[in-house]
Amino acid sequence: MAEYAHPEVLVETDWVADHLNDPQVRLIESNEDILLYDQGHIPGAVKIDWISDLNDQVVRDYLDKERFEQLLAAKGISNDTTVVFYGDKNNWWATYALWVFKLFGHSDARILNGGRAKWIAEGRELTRDVPQYSAGSYTAPERDDAAIRAFRDEVRQHIKQDGTALVDVRSPQEYSGERTHMPDYPQEGTLRGGHIPTAASIPWAKAVKEDSTFKSTEELQELYASQGVTPDKDVIAYCRIGERSSHTWFVLTYLLGYPRVRNYDGSWTEWGNSVGLPIEKSYNG
Amino acid sequence: MSEAQHIIPARLQEIVEDFQSMDRGEKLEALLEYSDQLPPLPEELRSAPLEHVDECATPIAIATERQGSAVVFHFDIPPESPTVRGFAAILREGLAGSSPQDVLSLPGDIYYTMGLHQALSPQRLNGMHFMLIHLKRAAARELAHKGR
Repeated sequence: MAEYAHPEVLVETDWVADHLNDPQVRLIESNEDILLYDQGHIPGAVKIDWISDLNDQVVRDYLDKERFEQLLAAKGISNDTTVVFYGDKNNWWATYALWVFKLFGHSDARILNGGRAKWIAEGRELTRDVPQYSAGSYTAPERDDAAIRAFRDEVRQHIKQDGTALVDVRSPQEYSGERTHMPDYPQEGTLRGGHIPTAASIPWAKAVKEDSTFKSTEELQELYASQGVTPDKDVIAYCRIGERSSHTWFVLTYLLGYPRVRNYDGSWTEWGNSVGLPIEKSYNG
Repeated sequence: MSEAQHIIPARLQEIVEDFQSMDRGEKLEALLEYSDQLPPLPEELRSAPLEHVDECATPIAIATERQGSAVVFHFDIPPESPTVRGFAAILREGLAGSSPQDVLSLPGDIYYTMGLHQALSPQRLNGMHFMLIHLKRAAARELAHKGR
């Protein structure tokens, strides 16, 4: 079995268990459910919430350099700390948080393979104790959106160009336009259902196994290449708000080593509602 | 039922007012306490069909039981969804002794009245909305059943 392109960015549960008291390592739990960390987390882990910690509360954007520095220092993280993210939903929010950390160039950021679910399935310890760390020393550069973040107008150009690929990682029903949200939830939030023209449908979940860990290099290569998403292309991934597509961004960038992958965090909530933008719809119900 | 009078049972009204007086952190803490208290689905009700929601939503199972004139709701919600569990526990406690008609008379935006939108993402609020609709549907079925 071929190794992942950057195997160092994945750690296993055993590794985490061996580094629970390593001052050089900081575990970060990021979940969709805001109470899950408080209900029980890996001993020593701190919590980063995608809404209150990573998003600006006024502008639809991420936090700026100053607040990023404050956030990390408060969590006891310094520039040279190894941060290991994990969370619920097969690490959606963990990869999302890692992606935001990479916007600020944090060098050593990893993902716990299998996330919270695997740790729990193995019967490992959880605690409700919230650790207190002395403040870290953190100096971040200005946030750099160019390399791994895509904006609406860039996507608009992207879909007209050769040598590009666009990946829609939402559920098949969201892609077809049958639904604008996950099945059985109130259909609200987006005016139109469908997908961005030219997008290939590769739901994020196809990248993981039953136990929440990532599939093998060969399986992942086949999954994306069979839909024309190959490493020679300039790739953009999107979903509804950018969380599931961070997962796919992580897979393509770190597990398969694609050199040019961006996450379009505006995603369907922006594109599907924007005046003047075309969509494709395959559902005719 | 836009014209119908919305009525909140007394215990539920107390809980709603408690939440209104809490700040964001206290609301989350209280929600976790409720989640912790949600009793497991009784074994004899385990045969009720589970309603699975695809993708990322929480699989919620709700069983309805008649106890005299009251309707009792039992929930099966995985521990990975404490916010949804917490809201279910609030409804369970707040609606104890309520009739199906009482459930139908509940306002549909009770989670807003509680101020939960200050603490939770729109998706979680959607989940709560969804749960409330289920309870009302179940209550309506109970009434229809009684009428036959």
